[in-house]
Amino acid sequence: MLNPVIEMVDLTKKYRSFTAVDCLNLTVGKGEIFGLLGPNGAGKSTAILMMLGLTEPTSGMVSVCGINSTRNPIEVKRKVGYLPEEVGFYDNPTGMENLLYTARLNSIPESEAKKRAEELIERVGMAEAKHKKTGKYSRGMRQRLGLADVLIKKPEVIILDEPTSGIDPQGVRDFLQLIVSLKQEQGLTILFSSHNLHQVQQVCDRVGIFVKGKLQSVGDIESLSKQLFTESLCLIEAGIHEFPAENTDTKPVRKLLEPINGIAKIEHKKGVFEIECTSDLSATIAQTIVNAGYGLNFLNKKEYGLDEIYNRYFEGGIQHG
Amino acid sequence: MKEGYNMVKKKVSEDTTGNQKKVKRPAKEKPKHPFWVIVNKEVSDHVRSWRFIILVALIALTCLGSMYTALNNMGDALKSSKTGELFFFLKLFTVSDNTLPPFFVFISFLGPLLGISLGFDTINSEQNRGTLSRVMAQPIYRDYILNAKFTASMIVISVLFFALGFLVMGLGLIAVGIPPTAEEFLRVIFFIVLSIFYVALWLNLSILFSVRIRQAATSALAGISVWLFFSIFFNMIVDLIAKGLAPSSFAPEYVIVKFQKMILNLMRISPAQLYSEATTTLLMPSVRSTGPLTMEQVAGAIPSPLPLGQSLLVVWPQVTGLIAVTILLFALAYVAFMRKEIRSS
Repeated sequence: MLNPVIEMVDLTKKYRSFTAVDCLNLTVGKGEIFGLLGPNGAGKSTAILMMLGLTEPTSGMVSVCGINSTRNPIEVKRKVGYLPEEVGFYDNPTGMENLLYTARLNSIPESEAKKRAEELIERVGMAEAKHKKTGKYSRGMRQRLGLADVLIKKPEVIILDEPTSGIDPQGVRDFLQLIVSLKQEQGLTILFSSHNLHQVQQVCDRVGIFVKGKLQSVGDIESLSKQLFTESLCLIEAGIHEFPAENTDTKPVRKLLEPINGIAKIEHKKGVFEIECTSDLSATIAQTIVNAGYGLNFLNKKEYGLDEIYNRYFEGGIQHG
Repeated sequence: MKEGYNMVKKKVSEDTTGNQKKVKRPAKEKPKHPFWVIVNKEVSDHVRSWRFIILVALIALTCLGSMYTALNNMGDALKSSKTGELFFFLKLFTVSDNTLPPFFVFISFLGPLLGISLGFDTINSEQNRGTLSRVMAQPIYRDYILNAKFTASMIVISVLFFALGFLVMGLGLIAVGIPPTAEEFLRVIFFIVLSIFYVALWLNLSILFSVRIRQAATSALAGISVWLFFSIFFNMIVDLIAKGLAPSSFAPEYVIVKFQKMILNLMRISPAQLYSEATTTLLMPSVRSTGPLTMEQVAGAIPSPLPLGQSLLVVWPQVTGLIAVTILLFALAYVAFMRKEIRSS
């Protein structure tokens, strides 16, 4: 990688006999949104805490912006903004006061802090609530204030630990948009941990799948699905007029399609033909069906998304192939 | 109020226009050290919290009440005192007619409560609210948080005790009309400092509980039970032991003295005992020893109060013990906190 911002080498964390993070090797480049995807308890938070120097690794090395997090956590924390899972604020001060407190902890001069806080509060859409006590904030508001809180020190890297859990769908959409725009405008490096694959798919450039302390695989969505679905990459759904759900005799269609090179499997479910093929054959299939004189109602190409990848990893186990 | 504030602000900004603005800026812009930022916040949190206001009200009330009884009984106390009007002023803190205990007894009883209430949720509430990991992600050392919180509580306690002590002195001065001597004044100052250390001991105990115990309520309960144990049950237990071990009344003198000393040393495990021995010696200069004295030791002694230096010498072991326990508790809390996992869930 050209500009590694986060680097982990053989990072391991053990709690007595339990291994939370097991030999993690991971590099995140500059200006990248990296998604750390894994079920609850996979060790994502532990890995993040080690990046910030808040927990000492049992063995291995982690560095952020070229600074060793374990040896020099203060310098790392100057450059990294961290939004913890379930971020909390002091209840009695207002949102604005909470932001200013963080700014003071970062030794930002008062007038500068005020300016930045105003800007950020505007940016995360909390302008109306800035003088309300944070004790009265909703979960989504607190999360947005949390993002402003992370940004006030002008970090180079931001780490978001399950930032969207417990927010309504609209809130999630806004939040994710905000993250993407941050990356585009300021070239921030973002590490995004989540168990929600759809959100990760929406924003992340690369994804690492993390199960039981181990990084199972890393890559963009496409390469991940290639890695897993070697025989069948593409699923095509076809609805044919002459073969509705009641018509179970689908032999003619099978005969027609099976000779096509690259088709692995054909199934007929509820009036829809599900055709698994190794490459995108939708054009050929459509042509064949139409040439045979059938009425093609619709043809739908389904790519394997993270859902399938996720399920393969977490539910079907990792013994693929 | 807000308008007033704005007006003041406006005025200031008008004043600073022109040449002065340039001069003033650098001083204003210098950011505070993060440690003091935390201390600042903690102090203001304490002062605004209801629990602190309630406790201060309670302590101020008892303080005024005990002063009132002291003033009422001042005449009798003076008549009965053999050494004349020496250390008249200190009687404000010690005299009572048994309807209300004197000031220093009140402090020895309520001080722990103040310490516990200031400290019991120091760390665990931050952790439960999820603010701990957010604050720790800022570029500050981990121990800043604990140290700053301790410092803030100490500042609050010190200001409170000095204020109360001076209040009693001032009101006493008005009511009685006799100014304190320099020595009396110093004795009161030492008494206040000692009280602050005593409260700090309980503060550190409750901070330790707040680090170790996850629920704030449990941690408060743990602190209060230790306090109750020492203020009620401990004496009973020592009494029980004393009864069981008491030598017969025909035993030789040295056996009895030895036994008395042992019981006293047992009592001294309780910080309340150390505190009350130290304060009585400080506030009643006629107290010559904290332990039993034999006739031989007293023989030839001049029946006059001790000077301040000698009183301090008498209580030095007690003071050292109190400070040592205070530091030990803080060290335990510190180590526990540095090793703590900080995640909120």
